[in-house]
Amino acid sequence: MTRDTRTDEDDGRETTGEPGETTDDSDETPRPGPGVPRVGRDEQPSIFVPDEGDSAGGDAARLSDRAATDGGVESATGGSDSAELDPDAYDPVDVFPGGDLDLREGADSCYKCTSCDTSCPVAEVDEEFPGPKFQGPEQWRLKRKDDHDIDESITSCSNCMRCDSACPSSVPLSQMHNEARGQFVEEQMEKLSREYVRNRILSNYRFFASIASKVPRLANAAAKIPGAMTLGEKVLGIAGERDFPEFATQTFREWWRERGGAQVENPDKRVAYFHGCYSNYNTPEVGKAMVRVYEHFGYEVMVPPQKCSGTPMFANGMLKDARRHAETNVENLVEAIGEGADVIASCTSCSLSLRQEYPELFDIHGIEDVSEHTFEALEYLRIHEDLEGELADTELADEQSFAYHAPCHARNQGLSRQAVETFRDVEGVEMEDVGDSCSGISGTYGWKEEKYEKSMEIGAEMFEHMEDAEGDVGMTECPTCAMQMEHGTGYEIRHPLQLLEDTVA
Amino acid sequence: MAIDSDVLVVGGGLAAVAAAVAAAREGADVRLVSHKSSTLRQASGLIDALGYVPATEPATPLREGPPTAGRELDRDEWPDPEGPLSDPFEGIERLPDSHPYRIVGADALREGLALFDDLAGDAYRGGHTDRNALVPTFGGSVKPTARYPASAEAGLASDPRPTLIVGFRSLTEYDARAFAGRLEAAGVPFDVAGAEVEFAEAFRADTKVTRVAKALDHDEEIEGTPAREALARAVAPHLHDAEDEAGGVERVDRVGFPAFLGDDRGDEVRAELADRLGADVFEIPMGPPSLPGLRLEDRLYDALADAGVRFETGNPVVGIDAAADGRIETVSVDRKGRETPYGADAFVLATGGLVGKGLDSDREGVREPVFDLHVDQPADRYDWFVDDAFGDQPYARFGVRPDERCRPLDADGGVQYENVFAAGGVVGGADVAREKSASGVSLATGVTAGREAATEANE
Repeated sequence: MTRDTRTDEDDGRETTGEPGETTDDSDETPRPGPGVPRVGRDEQPSIFVPDEGDSAGGDAARLSDRAATDGGVESATGGSDSAELDPDAYDPVDVFPGGDLDLREGADSCYKCTSCDTSCPVAEVDEEFPGPKFQGPEQWRLKRKDDHDIDESITSCSNCMRCDSACPSSVPLSQMHNEARGQFVEEQMEKLSREYVRNRILSNYRFFASIASKVPRLANAAAKIPGAMTLGEKVLGIAGERDFPEFATQTFREWWRERGGAQVENPDKRVAYFHGCYSNYNTPEVGKAMVRVYEHFGYEVMVPPQKCSGTPMFANGMLKDARRHAETNVENLVEAIGEGADVIASCTSCSLSLRQEYPELFDIHGIEDVSEHTFEALEYLRIHEDLEGELADTELADEQSFAYHAPCHARNQGLSRQAVETFRDVEGVEMEDVGDSCSGISGTYGWKEEKYEKSMEIGAEMFEHMEDAEGDVGMTECPTCAMQMEHGTGYEIRHPLQLLEDTVA
Repeated sequence: MAIDSDVLVVGGGLAAVAAAVAAAREGADVRLVSHKSSTLRQASGLIDALGYVPATEPATPLREGPPTAGRELDRDEWPDPEGPLSDPFEGIERLPDSHPYRIVGADALREGLALFDDLAGDAYRGGHTDRNALVPTFGGSVKPTARYPASAEAGLASDPRPTLIVGFRSLTEYDARAFAGRLEAAGVPFDVAGAEVEFAEAFRADTKVTRVAKALDHDEEIEGTPAREALARAVAPHLHDAEDEAGGVERVDRVGFPAFLGDDRGDEVRAELADRLGADVFEIPMGPPSLPGLRLEDRLYDALADAGVRFETGNPVVGIDAAADGRIETVSVDRKGRETPYGADAFVLATGGLVGKGLDSDREGVREPVFDLHVDQPADRYDWFVDDAFGDQPYARFGVRPDERCRPLDADGGVQYENVFAAGGVVGGADVAREKSASGVSLATGVTAGREAATEANE
């Protein structure tokens, strides 16, 4: 068996009462890897949420008996409230818990050009939404004074992060939004409200998916019972118009285990696959394509234990949940990096979260290293392999035109054109970019009863362009964009990795 | 391994697009990398070539000693700029020797405008003549410009037809009546009235222009009436607002709106409004956020894709990765914290000026941050500016100094890198705000830099 091709039972760890507490493959004792890199350059102070006592205390207690995995530094992931304080084991920032993020520099960089507002897909359809310039620098200034609550409109931001890529002054708008949203949820939102419960459920998709995929056929059947979605709408405020995603009868990790893990060993070319929740529970064919394509190029694929990337949690201000999951992810990914791997995600929101939101919001030991070593799957091959050269002489057996939509989160990583450019010389493939509009679903946003119509209005332009496009198969990197594309057009939606698998592997 | 191409263009504005397409048309394999979404969305959408030739010498000798930022009473005296010019080409020879037009030549400007006409297609007007058009802009001034969006065509200031300017109370930066008054004061050859109408009031007071544009694009219902019809109804009572010189009432022949008449379907929106009002409809270019700028951006990026240019937006080029023998081999692109080398045979730098952040400055000096190219500047910071805000400000002309192939020169006047070319705002020597020449400089240098970079790469 190659290293780190762990094949243990999913969800084998303790239950804690918090949703989403289990780790994929978490019951193996983590080993410190050889040559663990110089981790721990924790430059960003933590935001206010996770270091307070109460519920976070449970995590710390649980984590404190876990073996260190980061080269021997204790409590890299334990937060700052574990019982035994060893000054040598701490980074300086941990000594001062609860420090607010200093976003003043970002706020001061804003020269009010309104490029962010112009790029905001929500402001385009919802005049009640004051736009990113308010949500970011202006709200940040307002809340400097204690007597100012966070404006409730922050919950209407879908976290598409287009404002980030629009801002010519690099104002950290999404970071400001995430922080304000976290504070709003923590301090102002009624914890027993239907909205809170609904948002908590949506953010912790992974927890529910992990249960449902134990009995996928039953779960799929239950979602199709007439009235099931209506009930969801009435009771929880989940948009009844949407079809619940189908659960795969075999998860990606189950397939990985059955297959016996990696088929290629190569200490010089290693990648750790961050499959995320959706490729594991709903579309394992994307994960399988990733493995086959990377093995075709001679990479040794590792599949470390992992939880949710946090994307749906950020969008709902559930920063404590996100932090808990991040601790596990960082710990395991740092270990893989220590074994020479780069981290590869097939979902552009997962890769963006690990690269950008993680270091912006959390001060977990090693989080900067995870950020620097993370790539999107196609991006990595385009950097490290002569992908276009290899594809130039290939052809797709069954000629097909695709209507490609670039996810907002791909845009932010400079990846919005990669699928179109990668496949443009492949015989039999026609890849048409359906334009720069947002799909409108933005993860959990479009699942909310009160946002559903806005979500479809935002998506209208994309649906129209998809229908104008020649192909009747859609393509995108993002699983929730794919849901929206399918929902609006009825097209089958595929991932670029699947097409790459068909052409090269 | 590096991500390779023949020509790598750094930047995403008009100069970068012009350079990328020009290079691609020479047969080069071109890649364009820009840090953020194109700042074209902040642009008015007008394509200026040269509207004025400003004085470079004061009317009376400047007072001795450093500028005082206006605190002294003995003000500088500067002659008024020459213009508006009716023919931009005719004014070029009166520009300073160090002006990019003088360096790359009037033919480069002609070539750049021709390229633009080709890329913009039927969305733009003005290509039929060398002469400038006079387009009213939202401050109430009239701007000499070489090319203008088709949506602004019916609003030209040289057109004598009586005109209504429409405004909305919720659009605070735009006062229609003051605008009409200023046009009148400027002596335009037509009768004009301004009216504030009830339409945008259906939206929030601080609603975004993109929201209004989208509502008109999709003809959404505004309080039960489709948006276009609702807007026409709001304007209709004012069609007789304009008075002629004798105080008589006349029906206007054209109606001007702030530039938010739709985004993707602007032509359709204007046509329907014109039909309902029985008058031509035009848009008045505004400051940011600018729909004409957004539409131009869409158009130019489609043209990039059609030309086979690879482009990516979202990651900055942060510096040189490798250089040898006076040539750059690879540059570093910061991909979310990880620097990745991009290689090319030739590079075009089109990162903008001081506002676009292609030039950086602090109290110590002005720098070009990507290639650390030489930026000519007085050593004493007090010599960077003069007292008169509208005078010949030295800082306005800061930038890299190009040779006739647009290769930046070092402090001694030698070529700094054989395979680096510069275009647009990062190029110094022009005072584009006073000259009204920003787009023309971008096109002239862009097309030159792109062509020369392709030539360099082919060798």
